[in-house]
Amino acid sequence: MIKIEDVHKRFGEEEILKGITTVFEKGKTNLIIGQSGSGKSVMLKCLIGLFKPEQGKIYYGDEAIQDMDDERQRKLREEMGMLFQGGALFDSMNIEENVMFPLRMFTKMKKPEMLARVNEVLKRVNLEGVNKKYTAEISGGMQKRVSIARAIVNKPKYLFCDEPNSGLDPKTATLIDTLIQEITHEYDITTIVVTHDMNSVMEIGEKVMLLKNGKLVWQGTNQEIFKTDNEDVTSFVYSSDLFKKIRDVQLKENKA
Amino acid sequence: MKYLHDIGSYFLMLKKVFASFTKTSVLKHMIFKDINDLIISSLGIVAFISFFVGGVVSIQTALNMDNPIVPDSLIGFATRQSVILEFAPTFISIIMAGKVGSFITSSIGSMRVTEQIDALEVMGINSLNYLVFPKIVALMFYPFVIVLSMFLGVFGGWVAAVYGGFSSSADFIAGVQEDFIPYQLFYAFFKTFIFAFILATVPSWQGYYMKGGSLEVGKASTNSFVWTSVLIIAANYIITQLLLSA
Ligand SMILES: Nc1ncnc2c1ncn2[C@@H]1O[C@H](COP(=O)(O)OP(=O)(O)OP(=O)(O)O)[C@@H](O)[C@H]1O
Ligand SMILES: [Mg+2]
Repeated sequence: MIKIEDVHKRFGEEEILKGITTVFEKGKTNLIIGQSGSGKSVMLKCLIGLFKPEQGKIYYGDEAIQDMDDERQRKLREEMGMLFQGGALFDSMNIEENVMFPLRMFTKMKKPEMLARVNEVLKRVNLEGVNKKYTAEISGGMQKRVSIARAIVNKPKYLFCDEPNSGLDPKTATLIDTLIQEITHEYDITTIVVTHDMNSVMEIGEKVMLLKNGKLVWQGTNQEIFKTDNEDVTSFVYSSDLFKKIRDVQLKENKA
Repeated sequence: MKYLHDIGSYFLMLKKVFASFTKTSVLKHMIFKDINDLIISSLGIVAFISFFVGGVVSIQTALNMDNPIVPDSLIGFATRQSVILEFAPTFISIIMAGKVGSFITSSIGSMRVTEQIDALEVMGINSLNYLVFPKIVALMFYPFVIVLSMFLGVFGGWVAAVYGGFSSSADFIAGVQEDFIPYQLFYAFFKTFIFAFILATVPSWQGYYMKGGSLEVGKASTNSFVWTSVLIIAANYIITQLLLSA
């Protein structure tokens, strides 16, 4: 579980996060949604400690990261897996080496053991036979999947995903979403996914929070999100015509 | 103000490079990779330049010696002095600032803009130690490059003098061996080490703290060349003042 209390983050004059308080639950996929520029990535980077909030606390379990010394923070980070918006694969390494990297860094595994684990996770993200290719030689969607494989290879306790399915075709996107959810349940970890994809919200939004201009304006489940009258939610959710139509159909059916 | 801030951030970076160490086996791998990328791959261009510039120095000296009283051995002597004292350590370092320096800045800079450095940090790795320390170690082999440059420079001078008909081989070699002062060699290698450290750290600093996208990576590489060579020239002046003129 991760708990944050009144987190503020500013860059220069501009306040990007304006006091956010919430809880990310363990064993669930926690989604952060919101428009482009609303501060989702910044919030994620505050959570993982890449950005330091000026105000507020971030608790991992009972411990606030602000109160941890460097060594303790480093240890904590070994338990995190992160999927960056752009993939952030190491382009000096091939796919296999990329995925193996956390194992090489933090475990005492022998090479064959590491290789077996790498192949196992690559198989889970539906990527086989690309072990020796370099980042530049595979497609964007494949890079995303490799990046997920790298994030989960060392069985993290906390998984952070920044737009895991942007730029993917609907089928692969769904596959990635389900994979993230499966892993979350299987390892009973705390997963936080940033997205602006309503499909993901419907499929894996066990807890959904909507950010708007650096403020948390709504939170609830994916069931609740289609029922609420909260204006910020409806204007975000129904910005897509498709969802509007679906809602209209549902309302008609309900009346009938 | 900006300069003070930059100097401060440079020294803070150095401190962090040595703060918490990456796993030895991984670091060893990185060091070998950097020795290959930074040292081995530079040998060709260094050899080429040294040989021909050594030749030119020797020809220039010969052409400017029209006084018959001056012995032919001066050609060898002058070539040795200029190659060992200035050409090899300083001039080659400026070339390396272009080659190695911009390579370091662009490779670290592109890791910065594509969030690879963030990825390292999130994993709990001290990215400065992981990226910069191996480069510092690799460049501790830089004096070998300079030895090669010194040798080939003098050799190029000998070839040009003997085959250009300016001096006999024996005269040239006598000149090379004349008035040999070990302290000058110490001076040359002392500054080589300082330059190596500048070459490893200044471009790393430029790349690590850059902001922006791939366009800025290009700008940072150019900046890195300018700063690294300015610092090398300045350090050269100060070291020469301190070690030779005291
Ligand atoms: N390192 C930074 N320095 C300064 N400003 C930043 C930095 N990172 C983000 N910002 C600003 O913070 C705001 C929120 O950015 P953020 O990346 O969190 O948006 P987002 O919600 O993730 O959008 P998207 O869906 O497009 O990824 C933007 O106005 C951005 O310009
Ligand atoms: Mg974002």
